[in-house]
Amino acid sequence: MNLTVNVEQNKARAFVKLTGEIDVYTAPNLKEKLLPLTKIQNQVIEVDFSGVSYMDSTGLGVFVSALKSTKENSSSMRLVHLDERIYRVFRITGLIEIMDVHRAIKGGEE
Amino acid sequence: MDKVLNKNLEEYKELLKNFINTQDERSLYKVERMSKSFIRNSVLPEEIVNLHIQAMDELYPDIANSFHHSMNFLLEAMISYGLAHQEFQLLREQQIALKSEISIAARMQETLLGTEKPNIDGLDIGVVSVPAHQMNGDYYHFLKGNDGMLGLAIADVIGKGIPAALCMSMIKYSIDSYPEESMRTNVILESLNRVVERNVESNMFITMIYAQYFPDESILRYSFAGHEPAYYFNAMKNTFEEVNTKGLVLGVLPNATYSQKELELEKDDMVIFLTDGVTECRDDGRFIKIQEVLNLIEQYKHLPAQDIVDRVFKYFEKLQDFTLRDDFTMIILKKEV
Repeated sequence: MNLTVNVEQNKARAFVKLTGEIDVYTAPNLKEKLLPLTKIQNQVIEVDFSGVSYMDSTGLGVFVSALKSTKENSSSMRLVHLDERIYRVFRITGLIEIMDVHRAIKGGEE
Repeated sequence: MDKVLNKNLEEYKELLKNFINTQDERSLYKVERMSKSFIRNSVLPEEIVNLHIQAMDELYPDIANSFHHSMNFLLEAMISYGLAHQEFQLLREQQIALKSEISIAARMQETLLGTEKPNIDGLDIGVVSVPAHQMNGDYYHFLKGNDGMLGLAIADVIGKGIPAALCMSMIKYSIDSYPEESMRTNVILESLNRVVERNVESNMFITMIYAQYFPDESILRYSFAGHEPAYYFNAMKNTFEEVNTKGLVLGVLPNATYSQKELELEKDDMVIFLTDGVTECRDDGRFIKIQEVLNLIEQYKHLPAQDIVDRVFKYFEKLQDFTLRDDFTMIILKKEV
């Protein structure tokens, strides 16, 4: 299974649209595209999970390093449209307490 | 190698002659077998073309010049394939060497991280921990205090492979250095979090449970750091309840704090600890639901704890055609009397 990472950048905002599965094979590609965005001062990044069907712990690792990088570079990151299973991973690991994470709900967004 | 080729020249010539005259299938079959022996003896493709040229020269000395030239041309065209083949051989040797190094590391991991199931008064313990690859990213450790108390650490390092396994040794030796009996489970996690945060790469972190069982009071105290919930089986009511505490995974924030909760166990009660390898099991693309795991445990509840975990593991291993995608760890504590 593949992952496409589509980055659209305009001025201080970047939209990252993910489609596919995030696992040990696809995570390096995601990291390569996401990390440089977090290093831009004051960059606001929105990562759209609506096309993501699966994410394993390696994927979580990518978002943890991205989070650390946003803190060092005063950029910010927001994850949106996570399905229940992926949202659960962020909840159990306690990461929703320190990250801006929003699950997808029918008819809109939480 | 020349010896191999000379020995084969006569045979090759014979087969070739035979085939040119009769187009006999058997010659084709024999030359195929010959080519297998060439591969075993690392004969390069251009050497085979050369063998063919020699054989043709000897069989048909008056062969057309243009054919002769074309064969020398082919010989040159094969040279890069020969180089690629040599490179492939070298890589294969390196891969074998690497594999043996990893298996040494895996054995070292077993020695470094080895832990024995202790005997605790009135407590039956079952453990299964199976790595998906050579090195296990799941880790558990038992400690027995002087007063008969049991300390149990379960962890899953995120960021798999060898660095993860090495990271586990760090956790184990930190825990070993604590005056564990006098420390609360949440304080142990807070202290480990600082060690991990300082020492691992930014994309690595650890989910962990630390629990202590006090046989005199039949009380289990526990703290969770971003780990999968455990399950408490109440034998009297025949029900399962989720057990966990809120807390961030280790290694993300230096000052993370954790909380402690406790649970009093009665006869035949169980506490089931797992890593996400258990719930991330996929059967034909379908995820295994935790309820399925609990149903199995309920079905085997009359058995000793070790038999329960073994049977649950066998069930899921079979569901996944015996190929684990993730390390699988399950520990059951069952109160005997």
